[in-house]
Amino acid sequence: MVVTMPDRPSRAPKGASSSNVEEARLRQQAIGVKLRQMFDQVVSEPVPDEFLDILRRHDKKASDGQD
Amino acid sequence: MIRRAELNPKTEADFKRDLVALIPHLRAFARTLCGDAAAADDLAQDAVLKAWDARASFQTGTNMKAWTFMILRNQFYSEKRRSWRQSQLDQDAAERTLVAADDPEAPVALDELRLALAMLPSEQREALILVGAGGFAYEEAAEICGCAVGTVKSRVSRARRALQGVLERGAYDRDGRPAGEAMRTILADAERLSGQR
Repeated sequence: MVVTMPDRPSRAPKGASSSNVEEARLRQQAIGVKLRQMFDQVVSEPVPDEFLDILRRHDKKASDGQD
Repeated sequence: MIRRAELNPKTEADFKRDLVALIPHLRAFARTLCGDAAAADDLAQDAVLKAWDARASFQTGTNMKAWTFMILRNQFYSEKRRSWRQSQLDQDAAERTLVAADDPEAPVALDELRLALAMLPSEQREALILVGAGGFAYEEAAEICGCAVGTVKSRVSRARRALQGVLERGAYDRDGRPAGEAMRTILADAERLSGQR
C-alpha cells in the first residue's frame, strides 16, 4: 500500500527551503502511518463477547415485549 | 424523527451483519475518545445498541460506518455533558492509562504518539483520527462532527502540525530521553512498516 497524504500545495519559496518542505512531508507521512497503525491495532483485536451478547439479549427483549 | 417503519427480516439481518462488522472500528474510535479501554468499550456498546434501535431511520445506501461513528460521538459528548465530573475522572483515567501503557512489547513510538495525541484539543484529535486513521473523507468527517468541511480541514492540519511539534520537541512528561527521539523512532518505524507492504 502506498502512503499518500492529502497535502496542501507547497507554499515555500523556491530553492532555500524545499528540502525542509520535503522533510516536513516525510515526517507527516510517518505520523500518518503510525496513526493508522495505532487505530488498526484496536480494530484487529478480537471483539469481546459482551458486544454480541448485548445485541442478542436486546433483540430477544424487543421481540418478547411486542412493542 | 425516527420513523418506526418495519424493516423486512432480510433487511434487518443485513443491517445486523453490517453493524457487527463495524464493531471493531467503533471500538477503535471509542478508544481514541476515552483513552480508558473499559470506558471505551462501554461507550462502543451503548453506540451499537443505539444504532440497532435506530435502524429504521438509517437510509439504506448511505455510509453506515459514518452513521454509526456519528452516533458514538454524540453518545460520548452527551455523556460528557451529563456529568462534567465524570468526564474529569475519565480524563484522569485516560492520562493514567496513557502513562501506564508501558508494555515492554509495545513499540515505543506508539506510546509517544498516544501521549502526544492526548495533548491535542479533543476536536482536533477526533478530526485527525477520523481522516488520518478512520479512512473518512473530509466531507464524511464533517458530517460525523456536525461542522463545516473547511473546519475539519483546518482542525486536521492544525492537529498534524501540533502533533509533529510535540513529537519533535518531546514536550511531554516521560523518561527524559532527548527531545526529537520520538520523531526519529516514528520515522524509522514508518519506514520499516511501509517496507513491509
